[in-house]
Amino acid sequence: MADNKGVMILGEVIEGNLSSISTELLGCGRKLADELGQGLSALLIGSAVSGWAREAITYGADKVYVVEDPLLGDYQADSYVLASEKAAKEVNPSILLMGQTEVGSDIAARLAFRLETAAVLDCVALEIDPDSKRLLQTKPVYGGNAQAIYVTDTDPQIATVRAKSMTPLAKDDSRQGEVINIDAGLDASAIRTRILDKVKEEVEGVKLEDATVIITGGRGIGGEEGFKQLEELARLMKGAVGASRPACDNGWMPDKAQVGLTGKIVTPDLYIAVGVSGASQHMAGCSGSKTIVAINKDSEANIFRMAHYGVVGDWKKILPAFKEKIKELIS
Amino acid sequence: MNMIVCCKQVVDPEAPPASFRVDASANKVIPPQGIPPVISPFDENALEAALKIKDAQGGKITVISLGNNLLRDVVKKPLSMGADELVLLEDEAYAEGDAWSVAYAIASAIKKIGEYDLIFCGRQAADWDNGQVGSGIAEILGLPSVTLAKKIEPEDGKAKVERVTADGYDVIEVSLPAVITVSNELGEARYPTIKGIMAAKKKEPIVWKPADIEVDAGKIGASGRRTKLLKLFQPIREGKCEIIEGESPEEAAEKLATKLREVKVL
Repeated sequence: MADNKGVMILGEVIEGNLSSISTELLGCGRKLADELGQGLSALLIGSAVSGWAREAITYGADKVYVVEDPLLGDYQADSYVLASEKAAKEVNPSILLMGQTEVGSDIAARLAFRLETAAVLDCVALEIDPDSKRLLQTKPVYGGNAQAIYVTDTDPQIATVRAKSMTPLAKDDSRQGEVINIDAGLDASAIRTRILDKVKEEVEGVKLEDATVIITGGRGIGGEEGFKQLEELARLMKGAVGASRPACDNGWMPDKAQVGLTGKIVTPDLYIAVGVSGASQHMAGCSGSKTIVAINKDSEANIFRMAHYGVVGDWKKILPAFKEKIKELIS
Repeated sequence: MNMIVCCKQVVDPEAPPASFRVDASANKVIPPQGIPPVISPFDENALEAALKIKDAQGGKITVISLGNNLLRDVVKKPLSMGADELVLLEDEAYAEGDAWSVAYAIASAIKKIGEYDLIFCGRQAADWDNGQVGSGIAEILGLPSVTLAKKIEPEDGKAKVERVTADGYDVIEVSLPAVITVSNELGEARYPTIKGIMAAKKKEPIVWKPADIEVDAGKIGASGRRTKLLKLFQPIREGKCEIIEGESPEEAAEKLATKLREVKVL
């Protein structure tokens, strides 16, 4: 443990870009590394990822470790865990951060067990304890009803970080750094899975993650029909439609529209929750919105504890009038 | 097809958020009055995954629950839904563990069970939302894992698994035995049948103490933790919702739109 030094983040290249969570991790990692007086490195794993090493440096990395291998083309747990294990053992970071994505959360848990250390998943705040110099890892628990602060005594201290909970640094093209290749040394026989297909479920219109206005429906919408009305309003406001978990579980909206702890994390300027009770697991996905508006017939609903503006009443009566007024105001 | 499903008894996540209380001095959640615990919902999805396979091709489902003071009515629910056996790792020594100590104890129990093709867990438990026990079991037993599954079809010593991704899903073939963690996208679990409830009443769970699964006492429960919980707290909510009222719902709606324009949200 005494030999472990520095902060390492796992960068993800998605659709030809260093993903937003990666730059957020670099921003957070830079701060932690500076506090410790140690270096920040980025780890890039894939079949052709070295092209993004320079980008990682401009966002704060001192060093970029690149593990490239044809066997690392698509994400698979076995190959990626082996690659990150190799890098972690060569670099010996004290802190290893990943995004709370389908890749990061998968690797972090397996890697922690393999390296006989521990991981804390879905952190929203990370700080260095001024006395012990250990990483204080804060994460929502109980579906967001509470938060817990954990500390890990073993190195590397592995944590995954929730999207949009950290701020990236401004890109600085003058920043200098070093790129180091690590040989993956992979053997195809160690990979016990095979990807048969990658299916994209494209959502029409504005993507939830990019939307500045989101109209979300919950259990109170009562069916697919109701969501059509939300879609009309969203179109008018150039926004996207989200859904709570019960609405998705009932099949009223596709799973990809789910906002919440295990769905999308969104931070629009305006979030209008219609017929949403405001369960903590839902709020975990939207509490970063600038303005939250609630429309619900139950004045005791939790959503009113979280919203900035609210109307108590039947959405079926409220929504059409709201839409007409909006039309008038924005015309 | 021998299947094992890990089911955790948790504080009901559907309990009203206002009933949620933390004992800050003990770093513990105070169970809400009058609201019984439940099987963690993602674990029910995991059980549903196993039940679907049993429906389609037969097989045996063994459920493992770990904890202390497990309520029989709660932990027997999987039996009433169609599981065949229930193994309880029930002892004070198992309590207050983290992903490490829980995965270690469950993996030891799975070794004792011996025969398994598929091991299912929920993607994360509704209490600590940590989502690592499945991966941990896979690492300890040296098995492949596929997390965040929404569909599982076993065939010829392999399984075809649909794994949820940010913008769709991957179709992954994995060799068996394997650990699969299941997400709610798989679909809601079935309700227990009357016949199932009657059968579950008569069925006695198998209880395994630490000695029964030959675990190292220092590696289970609180003593096996690798993460220390320093603080558990409820985030402070600002709670300043301005309620827009009107003579009619329509009037309130118009006022809301006007208000949003006034504060330049629109």
